[in-house]
Amino acid sequence: MFRRLLEPSRQVTIFVNGQALIAAVGDTVAAALLLTGNTRFRHTAKSNSPRGPYCGMGVCFDCLVTINGEPNRQACLALVQEGMEIMTGAAAPKLAAYKRA
Amino acid sequence: MNCDLLIIGAGPAGMAAAITARQAGISVVVADENPAVGGQVYRSVETGPLVQSDLLGADYSSGRELAEVFAASGAQHQSGTTVFMIERTQTHGFTIGLATSERARMVEARHVLIATGALERPCPIPGWTLPGVMTAGAAQTLLKSSAIAPEGPTILAGSGPLLSVLAAQYARAGVKLAAVLDTTPRGNWLKALPHLPGFLMSPYLLKGLKLLREVMSAHRIIRHVSALEAVGEGQLSGVSVVASGRTFMIPATTLLLHQGVVPQVNLAMASGVAHVWSEARLAFEPALAPDGETTVPGLFIAGDSAGIGGAQAAQARGLLAGLAILDRIDPATRASRQTQRSRAEASLARSLRGRAFLDALYRPAPQFRMPADDVIICRCEDVTAGDVRRLIARGTQGPNQMKAFTRAGMGPCQGRSCGLTLTELFAKQTGRSPQQVGHLRLRAPVKPITVGQMAGLADAEQRD
Repeated sequence: MFRRLLEPSRQVTIFVNGQALIAAVGDTVAAALLLTGNTRFRHTAKSNSPRGPYCGMGVCFDCLVTINGEPNRQACLALVQEGMEIMTGAAAPKLAAYKRA
Repeated sequence: MNCDLLIIGAGPAGMAAAITARQAGISVVVADENPAVGGQVYRSVETGPLVQSDLLGADYSSGRELAEVFAASGAQHQSGTTVFMIERTQTHGFTIGLATSERARMVEARHVLIATGALERPCPIPGWTLPGVMTAGAAQTLLKSSAIAPEGPTILAGSGPLLSVLAAQYARAGVKLAAVLDTTPRGNWLKALPHLPGFLMSPYLLKGLKLLREVMSAHRIIRHVSALEAVGEGQLSGVSVVASGRTFMIPATTLLLHQGVVPQVNLAMASGVAHVWSEARLAFEPALAPDGETTVPGLFIAGDSAGIGGAQAAQARGLLAGLAILDRIDPATRASRQTQRSRAEASLARSLRGRAFLDALYRPAPQFRMPADDVIICRCEDVTAGDVRRLIARGTQGPNQMKAFTRAGMGPCQGRSCGLTLTELFAKQTGRSPQQVGHLRLRAPVKPITVGQMAGLADAEQRD
């Protein structure tokens, strides 16, 4: 869990899994999500285990989310923008899903 | 967008090199992944919410002036831009692949400086992949860029100067940690002792003592921690600790890990730069000439990616690399840069003083680098230390073959989270040196780019 030490001066509205959320200008997507208590950003392809931000600087690729429809964006490198739509919880599709299709 | 000098990384080294090169009027482009200049150490130093406060300390504030001079230098800063490849051209220049979230493109540069800095050493403990576990650096980044701090029981664990820096910053912000778990092995003090004179004459001594006082008066510190385990079901709920022979559990919703920092090697290795294992620092470092030139002529490295030295050393190395590149472009005026060069060399020597002591003191214990069999070492592909050890026992030749057999190092992070662990596991089990084992072979693209970005590259070529 995380909290802000200072009230943000400028705010934007983002949508996380369809829910409107206030974030601060200058927040990364990872920061905005962590402030809501969300630490489970995605699930791994191999073991389907939950993952969240680890390195916070673009190294580990564990904070991948879908931003405005684009999957596998690093939440720790992307800044929030007014109206941004973010989806968490995605796992890489299993091979079985392709076989069925 | 062709240029005389392309710099990767807008931290202290990249900014200092750009400023130096721009003084001679050559064209400079600085590409950086982050939204703003500063690198990790001076993150958000221009516009961050805490730049007016003294919470982050005087060292952080000193980055503002550098950022201001850089902004006025005329260097072209490309933020949010990832460099995914560097290739030498037949005309002795370089082709560099740049990608933003929208598109990728190739640019040409006469000289290239890699100033990509450091990353935190892998901290493979049981449960380190649980949500709620992150690095101390990640937590500090949240503090610098958004004035965000953990709420609820938080544990800071590991070893190294950043541990004290972050604990002191939290103390100033009124954030009380549940515990600071110091994993520095007991015996390290003895091994660091021969390097004490250099440390006593370094700027680290007074700073370190002041920090330690701040940390000790604010937080509960548990020393001689020899084992850590992050515990929880799909989410961190506590940390199991072994300290001075006692085992106990501390409830926690956030665990911040740190075992020091190591140079980022991916881009340089993929560009063909030779690297050498440092036994003192337990990491691969690029083989460099004193002026920062790599084994690839015209390709330079400065800052912590050249070898860990901190912000002041990074700035000095950036300046020296900038001067060396000007020497290549205009050898006739080399002498005119001698004063600047001597001053930067002196500054570099001063800021590296005391490092040997810190390296020895904060050398991470083997169990925090080469964990037990059931611990995941490759986060991307869920490969455990046991998977790796079993295959080494069956004759797997090295990290590259291990990658083919297990996918360790094949995921999106491209071995950044497991490369050192793989090398050390091989060295330990086979009796070879880490230098002989080598690192996972790295290739471009060093960061994932999309098929769409690649297709865009082909379109641009056809138009040309």
